[in-house]
Amino acid sequence: MYTGKVFKYGNNIDTDVIIPARYLNAPSPEELAKHCMEDIDIDFASTVKEGDIIVGGANFGCGSSREHAPIAIRACGVRCVIAANFARIFYRNAINIGFPILECPEASEAIQNGDTVSVDFDSGLIKDETTGQTFQAVAFPPFINRIIENDGLLPYLKARMDAEEGK
Amino acid sequence: MGMTMTQKILAAHAGLPSVKAGDLIEAKLDLVLGNDVTTPVAVGVFDKIGFTRVFDKDKIAIVLDHYTPCKDIKSAQLCATARNFAKRFNITHFYDVGQVGIEHALLPEKGIVGPGELIIGADSHTCTYGALGAFSTGVGSTDMAAGMAAGENWFKVPPAIKVELTGKLKPYVSGKDVILHLIGMIGVDGALYKSLEFVGEGVKELSMDDRFTIANMAIEAGGKNGIFPVDEKTLEYIKGRVNRPYNVYEADPDAEYEREVVIDLSTLEPTVSLPHLPSNTKTVSEVKGMKIDQVVIGSCTNGRISDMRIAAEILKGRKVADGVRCIVIPATQQVYMDCLKEGIAEIFIESGCAFSTPTCGPCLGGHMGCMCEGERAVSTTNRNFVGRMGHTKSEVVLASPAVAAASAVLGYLGAPSDL
Repeated sequence: MYTGKVFKYGNNIDTDVIIPARYLNAPSPEELAKHCMEDIDIDFASTVKEGDIIVGGANFGCGSSREHAPIAIRACGVRCVIAANFARIFYRNAINIGFPILECPEASEAIQNGDTVSVDFDSGLIKDETTGQTFQAVAFPPFINRIIENDGLLPYLKARMDAEEGK
Repeated sequence: MGMTMTQKILAAHAGLPSVKAGDLIEAKLDLVLGNDVTTPVAVGVFDKIGFTRVFDKDKIAIVLDHYTPCKDIKSAQLCATARNFAKRFNITHFYDVGQVGIEHALLPEKGIVGPGELIIGADSHTCTYGALGAFSTGVGSTDMAAGMAAGENWFKVPPAIKVELTGKLKPYVSGKDVILHLIGMIGVDGALYKSLEFVGEGVKELSMDDRFTIANMAIEAGGKNGIFPVDEKTLEYIKGRVNRPYNVYEADPDAEYEREVVIDLSTLEPTVSLPHLPSNTKTVSEVKGMKIDQVVIGSCTNGRISDMRIAAEILKGRKVADGVRCIVIPATQQVYMDCLKEGIAEIFIESGCAFSTPTCGPCLGGHMGCMCEGERAVSTTNRNFVGRMGHTKSEVVLASPAVAAASAVLGYLGAPSDL
């Protein structure tokens, strides 16, 4: 169970907004984090705190395949992203780095900027502590849970390949 | 229940008799692709996790196309990281400056991708190869690393939208106008997670280059992939390029589609996407006259030889208007060479265009044509998001090569018929 303050954004938050292409040659997640969301919310990177939550509308993370987008968001300290739905490459990238994201159109609609929200990843339950409303997100299928539990796709594959080779 | 063309390719690569939309599967990969922006990130995680080998050095492509020839020191470092990795594992399909072309034009041209294959690429426009009847989709750098190590990856089987094409395109209307029109119809999330399956009598009227352009921008409608049936034109294209066995898949007659869209090609007009979303489409006649500062003709969407030919046809004997910078970038060395041989390069240069070696460059505001505040470009690229080609207060209008070339001459947004 995690609790954090919400930064709320609209529909079609694209990867050029999450991390502009002009910073793609930055050397580290920390450097990327400094520029996260700056083209639509110049204060985001300086005010976001460890454990905070981003709530987006529909098609969150559309655009380029850059994995820098979820990396930048996580490096800011954000614990998870809740959205009505995600662009599929962003969805993939987030899961592949072991960064939890939840699809919940009702929560995306009702939760307001600045609300305090609790999220239970096991059950997919989202609670807006500010308004008392609760929402049920689409729970992860078991396959994806295994990847997230392993902290991402690569550790999951490495463990499996090592096991197959009898290491 | 029947399967779509995409579902059949996925099932075959997962070793399953059938799959349905929503299934999570692990499937074998025929090719894993990365570029100079995404490969270094993949290499970083590949090494960090401690993989010591790649699954098949012949089934990995590393193409240094985005910021090359390197625009700055950081880009040079990224290229060095990718180059060293390619050398370390003796990667067969490694393309550096001098051989490199824009990945999604280069791979089909070299026959590195073929019908029925399953390709992932750490670049969102990897969906281009659907034009050849392959399943190909853009992924992230972690997926690329996983694919290079294991030769397989996980997929969520997509539902499909059937796009039935009828009729025949009018002169100066192209594949770009078809895909912009479709994105305008269904929106930037209209095909979210889904495959766009192009079918119908109209398909055979489309050139391979038109099909590449259409499949290329499936992602701009949110699509997982875009795919065309394999026909005589496909087979003609791959002849002499794909020198290995390949499989031709067809959708079952009872395949299930979430939605069906019909486009009569003969009704389409030159179409553009206004800032700042590809779905913000208008016909050129509706928005003619917008002031422009720059024209870009090139990219993985429209940097192929037929794109160069149509632009040259329009620019021949004419001049780029005062106050407009026209930048023409053929997508591959072969296209560049063809432009030289056919006298097209001369036409571009005489008309006052900058004519460059292959690079993604301006499409993503990388180099070779960034814009400052208040400027506007007509561009044959694929995205017009805020800040895509430079300053966040610059604007990109997406268009076909014909419209871009005509606009360069006019000095404002316009169609060939306005000349």
